[in-house]
Amino acid sequence: MSEVAMTPIQDEHVPDSFLREFWNHFKPNKGAVVGLALIIAFVIIAILAPLLAPYDPTLLQDNALRLPPIWAEAGTWSYPLGTDDVGRDILSRLIHGARISMGIGFAVVILSLSMGLFLGIFAGYYGGKVDRLIMRFIDIVMAFPSILLAITVVSVMGPGISNAIIAVAIVAVPNFTRIVRASVMAERKKQYVMASKTFGASDLRIMFNEILPNCLAPLIVQATLGFSDGILNAAALGFLGLGAQPPTPEWGTMLADSRPFIESSPWMVTLPGLCILFSVLGFNLFGDGLRDALDPRLKK
Amino acid sequence: MLRFILGKLGDLVPTLIGISILSFVLVRFVPGDPVMLLLGERGADPAVYAQMKKDMGLDLPVWRQYINFATDAAQGDLGTSIISKRPVVKEFFDRFPATLELGVVALLFAIIIGIPLGIIAAVKRNSFYDYFLMGGSLLGYSMPIFWWGLVLILIFSVQLGWTPVSGRMSVMFYIEPWTGFMLIDTLTSEVRELDGLAPFWSALSHLILPAVAMGTIPLAVIARMTRSSMLEVLGEDYIRTAKAKGLSRYRTVAVHALRNALIPIVTIVGLMFGSIITGAILTETIFSWPGIGRWLVASINARDYPVIQGGVLFIATMIVIINVLVDLAYAVVNPKMRG
Repeated sequence: MSEVAMTPIQDEHVPDSFLREFWNHFKPNKGAVVGLALIIAFVIIAILAPLLAPYDPTLLQDNALRLPPIWAEAGTWSYPLGTDDVGRDILSRLIHGARISMGIGFAVVILSLSMGLFLGIFAGYYGGKVDRLIMRFIDIVMAFPSILLAITVVSVMGPGISNAIIAVAIVAVPNFTRIVRASVMAERKKQYVMASKTFGASDLRIMFNEILPNCLAPLIVQATLGFSDGILNAAALGFLGLGAQPPTPEWGTMLADSRPFIESSPWMVTLPGLCILFSVLGFNLFGDGLRDALDPRLKK
Repeated sequence: MLRFILGKLGDLVPTLIGISILSFVLVRFVPGDPVMLLLGERGADPAVYAQMKKDMGLDLPVWRQYINFATDAAQGDLGTSIISKRPVVKEFFDRFPATLELGVVALLFAIIIGIPLGIIAAVKRNSFYDYFLMGGSLLGYSMPIFWWGLVLILIFSVQLGWTPVSGRMSVMFYIEPWTGFMLIDTLTSEVRELDGLAPFWSALSHLILPAVAMGTIPLAVIARMTRSSMLEVLGEDYIRTAKAKGLSRYRTVAVHALRNALIPIVTIVGLMFGSIITGAILTETIFSWPGIGRWLVASINARDYPVIQGGVLFIATMIVIINVLVDLAYAVVNPKMRG
């Protein structure tokens, strides 16, 4: 309590009061808290995958083909979520799949964010010809439907996880570019920018040291949502046979492999899809909550 | 206004040139030799190989190849499919009605359900309904539709046996294409005299699951958009005036608020064409729907490079033109945007 009472006296730029204020706005949004919990759960599973998984995810077991999960009549505790058509433990594969999907999401966000950040900050700061050139390029990329562009890129570079990451990241660049550009344009005429200019700060310094920290809020929101798009698009590529290749336990690839068994062993199809759905949902819920908490216009 | 229209159309030219360069360059890098692909065994003969390469224009410098590609494309010639040996444009338009029919039905499904749900959520803001509907819409928005399609098949085709698993029409009927829309072509008098309504029901039952799968994400987007657009409008002065005049709550919401809230919703729907194509690629693959999405995936797997190049260029061009039309329509409705 005493800390709360202290707040007005403190310097208004003290970082922990910002965090506390953020948490106070974020906490009442139950959906966002659920989203954060989902993300933390998936990240922990991803980090501890080798410890948590009861079996090697690629271990073939001839004596355990397409065993049903425990809630079915013939299910056993030795394979709680059943096994697939070549006798691999599905629980272990899903746990390792979390590692792959979280890794893909992270790589996609880092790649697309850094590309989009550079393009957006230059377009927004310099305006004029630079802006027109960059935005024309972005318009062109955006004319291609995301999955169509991604599958074309993968078909050029060859299927596989790293190429799928590059393809999905390229598709996401326009979102980041537009968001960074819009916030840089709003900032660049402000007085603190003018002040640094009069002090002789270089353009690069103004862009990255002065303006960028003030544009972080929308960027963080977009990065969170970029995670969910990345996971979803990479899984779609895996499903089309263009992403991770078997026997990699990637959720989309697992779905594609299990399609022939949809009638006889439906759990092989439903479980990987639920993992995709809930990981994507977690990032979307969290991103939504972040936006509401960080966007001052929506504050009551 | 005229200046605004001309400006928009002027912007279109460099974008279209960029699109054609990008689709040309992308496909140039597809691994595999198109000449060998076309000739097969006969390509082993160097003379035949060289002649074919010349016929295809592949012996020219790359920039000449691009000029040829672009001038042909501008005249509506996108080359010939290596697999079917038919013009790409013909192949495209053979399949386009199937995708269009699926897309239109999916969007109608999304609009008819999404707008009322969004209105309910806005009117009952912060109630249980609001949280439930918005939670549901976020779930729909997060849906991997390639999985959702399989789950729908599992429930409605495998378990309940209500709908067919895949395809567009029962093989028992032959329907002469007229509009290319099965739901319309099965209702012509000739078909009805021969088979009654059975072909229509067959077409409808094949269409329902893919349309629901494809419409789920647009439904979620439309519901959320309707909610936020309605909330904004409901706070405006003229709504307070309408209430003050003593108009019924229903009339205030359904007439005064909705009419104004619709503008951004219509824009969003107009701009959904691109995501519809994305949806079509995945949905058509799952349901073996004979449209352009499945055709493109098959062409990419078969390295049918004129089809990839032509198909991608065609779709991107359509999207750009539709986006400009939406922009123009928006400017006509809302003069504030013309600045």
